[in-house]
Amino acid sequence: MKLLVANGYLIDPSQNLNAGKNLLIEDGRILGLMDRSEAAPEDAEVFDATGLMVAPGFIDLHVHLREPGQEYKETIATGAAAAVAGGWTSICAMPNTDPVNDNPAVTRFIIEQGQRAQLANVFPIGALTKGSGGKELAEMGEMKRAGIVAVSDDGRSVSTAAMMRRAMEYARGFDLTVVDHCQDSSLSAGGVMHEGRWSMILGLRGMPSAAEEVDAVRDCVLAKLTGARVHLAHLSTRGALEAVRRAREIGLPVTCEVSPHHWSLTDESVSEYDTNMKMNPPLRSADHVAALREGLRDGTVDVIATDHAPHHLDEKALEFDESPFGITGLETAVGLAFDLVHQGVINLERLVELCSTAPARIFRLGDRGTLRSNAVGDVTILDPQFEWTFDVTRTRSKSRNTPFDGRAFKGAAVATIVAGRVVYLHPEFAKITSSKQSELAAGR
Amino acid sequence: MTFNRKHLLGIRELSADEINHLLDTAETFTDVSRREIKKVPALRGRTIINLFFEPSTRTRTSFEIAAKRLSADAINISVATSSVTKGETLLDTARNLEAMAPDCIVVRHSMAGAPHHLARMCDAPIVNAGDGSHEHPTQALLDALTIREYKGSIKGLNVAIIGDILHSRVARSNIYLLTKLGANVRVAGPGTLVPTEFADLVEHGLHVEKTIEAAIEGADVVMVLRVQRERQDAAFFPSMREYAIHYGLHPNHLERAAPEAIVMHPGPINRGIEISSEIADSSRSLILDQVGNGVAVRMAVLYLLAGGGRDDSDEGKERQQKNGKKNRKVSKA
Repeated sequence: MKLLVANGYLIDPSQNLNAGKNLLIEDGRILGLMDRSEAAPEDAEVFDATGLMVAPGFIDLHVHLREPGQEYKETIATGAAAAVAGGWTSICAMPNTDPVNDNPAVTRFIIEQGQRAQLANVFPIGALTKGSGGKELAEMGEMKRAGIVAVSDDGRSVSTAAMMRRAMEYARGFDLTVVDHCQDSSLSAGGVMHEGRWSMILGLRGMPSAAEEVDAVRDCVLAKLTGARVHLAHLSTRGALEAVRRAREIGLPVTCEVSPHHWSLTDESVSEYDTNMKMNPPLRSADHVAALREGLRDGTVDVIATDHAPHHLDEKALEFDESPFGITGLETAVGLAFDLVHQGVINLERLVELCSTAPARIFRLGDRGTLRSNAVGDVTILDPQFEWTFDVTRTRSKSRNTPFDGRAFKGAAVATIVAGRVVYLHPEFAKITSSKQSELAAGR
Repeated sequence: MTFNRKHLLGIRELSADEINHLLDTAETFTDVSRREIKKVPALRGRTIINLFFEPSTRTRTSFEIAAKRLSADAINISVATSSVTKGETLLDTARNLEAMAPDCIVVRHSMAGAPHHLARMCDAPIVNAGDGSHEHPTQALLDALTIREYKGSIKGLNVAIIGDILHSRVARSNIYLLTKLGANVRVAGPGTLVPTEFADLVEHGLHVEKTIEAAIEGADVVMVLRVQRERQDAAFFPSMREYAIHYGLHPNHLERAAPEAIVMHPGPINRGIEISSEIADSSRSLILDQVGNGVAVRMAVLYLLAGGGRDDSDEGKERQQKNGKKNRKVSKA
C-alpha cells in the first residue's frame, strides 16, 4: 500500500530537512522523498498536503490511559482516539493503572489494547517498583521483553535516594530510561497548589517549588553516581531547570520534559477554586512560567509531553482539596505549542524537535521521530495558521477535565498518519486545503 | 449605599463602602438584643439553613439566634448526623436542601472554596461561616464593629494580630477588612506559622514582625488567635509550654501597647496558652463584646442577603440579576 504525502513542507530536524518535497510511504514504512515535479507512482494514494507542514509523527512520552482498572475515566481506545485528534502518532502509557503495570502480563495487555484500537501507537512504561510502592524493584527485564519503553513510578515520587539509586542501576542494565516525577513528598505533603502568594490568599496548602527542585537535584547527582539515563517528568520550576542545565554542562545523561499547561497558566488561575486548575505539579507563579519558556527557547527543555490525566466529572465536582490532580491534554497540546511559535519563543523546527525528534531519541524509538528512509510511516500534518476553538463537548477523550474549554488557538494538527494510514483527518480538512490551494493560486 | 451581592463569601472582594454599609446595618440591630422582646419581623416566613460541616457551637448558635431574632425559621444541620456519613457529596447535600427552598444557606466547611463551590451550583444565597484557612467574613465584621464601638473609627489604628496566621481564616478576613478601612496591621507569631511572604497578601497596610513584642508595640488593638493543638503534632512548634511562654499574650506585653489598648480573641480561648487568664478576665478584653456583636452582624448579613434591604432601582435589579444568575441549563417545560 503506497501513500504519497504531496505538496507539503517537510520539517525534519533529524536530517536537517526543511523543504517543499513529497513523501512516499509504502507498507507502513517511509520509502523516501520525491521532488514535487516527479510523478506520483501509479498505485499510490495521494494525500494532498498543500500549504501544510509535514513532520515526523509526534510522540507523547507521558499519558495516563487509565486502562486496566479505571476505564470509567478513559480507555486505551478513547485515549488513542484523543491522541490522534491532537496530532500524536505515538503515546507512552504511564503504569499507574490498577493493577499497576509492574509485570509483563499487564504490559502485554496494554500493547494488545493499543493494537486493537488501531489508532495511535501505544507504548507502555513499566513501573520502577512493585505496585509503585517504592520498596521492591519491579521485573524490568521481563517487562522489557514484553515491550515497555521506559520505567517510572510516576504519580508518586521515589521516596528514598537509596531506592532511586537501585532502580537506576538496575534499569541501566536493560538500557531503560528512568522517568522521575520530581517531588519531595515530605516538603509537599498535603499541598494542593503552588505554595506562594495565591495559596496564602486562597487558604489552600501549597507545594513549594523547592519540593521539585530538591528531587531534581537528587536525580542529577544519582545520574552521575550510577551512569543511568534519567528523564525528569513535567518540570515546572526554575530551580529544576537550573539543575538540568548544570547536569548538562558536565555531560550527564539527564533529559527533561515540560507540559503545555505549565507554560500557559499561572497559579492565579486557581483563584476561583476551579478544580480544572488542579494538577500535580501545580500551576506555578509567573517567574517559573517565564523560566519554562526560557528553557524551551534555549534548549534546556528536551521534550513537550502532555501528562494527559483524565478524571470523571464527579471526581472533579468535589471540593478543591478532595478533587484528584490532573487535566486532559492530548487535544490541546499542539495548539498551546503553537502559542510559543507565534510568540517567537520557538520556531517550527524546534517544535518538531520537542514533539518528535527528541522523544524518539530519549526513549530509544530508533525508527520513529524521523522521516528518513525506512523509518516507520508515522507523520503529523500541521497547519500553523489554522484558527480554531477547543470545544470540550466534542472531545474524543472520555473525560472533560480541561481548563481550555472555549479557548481560541491558532495552529493545529490537521491530519495524523500512523504506519502509512490516515487515522485522523480534521473535520474541516477539505476546507483548509482548498483555501491553501487558492492562496497558492493567488500567488501568495 | 446598599449591599447588592447575592452571596457573602469573603471580605477580600468587598469595597470599603460595602463593609461600612454592613457595619452600619449591624449597628441598627445591636439594640434588638437588649430589648425584652428580642424580635423584629424583618425575615418573617423566611427559612435559613445552617449547614455546618465543622463542629462549632458559638458561630452556629450565633447564626441561629440571629435568624430567630429576625423572625426567620432557622434549621441546623451538622454533618455528623447528616447523609454525609452515608457518602453523600457536598453538592448533593446542598442540592437536596435547596429543593426545599431555603432563603439562605450558611455554610461552614473545613475546606477552602467549599462555599464558592456551592455558590456556583446552587440558587440560594450562600453565607461563608468559615471555609478552611480561607476566610471567615462575619468574624471580621463583628471584630470591626467591636473596634468601632470602642475606638470610634478604624482608620489609622494600629492593630496587632498574633498567633497562627498561616492557618487562620480569621486573620485573613481581618487583614483585608482592617487594611481596606485604613488601619495598620502587624502580624507576628512562631516563624513556622507566620511566613515573611505573608506581607504580600495585600497591597498596603500589612507588616510581618519577627517578634510579638514588635507587633504589640504601640498597638491600639491586640487580636490573639487560638493556638491549634494539631499544629504541634505536625511540628510547627515544639510544645504548648514554649508557645505559652514565648508567643502567648501576657500583661507585661500590654505595657508596650498604646494606652487604652483593647484585647480581642475570636474564641474559644485556650486559657493560659495564647492568652493569660489575667488578660482574658480583665476589662481590656472585649471577647464577650465580640460575641454579642456577632449576633448583630449576622442579623445584618441575613437581613441583607435573605430579603429586605435590597436595592429596587433599575441598576440594583440588574446587578442582582447578574449576581443571582441561575446555573441551571434545563428549565421546566
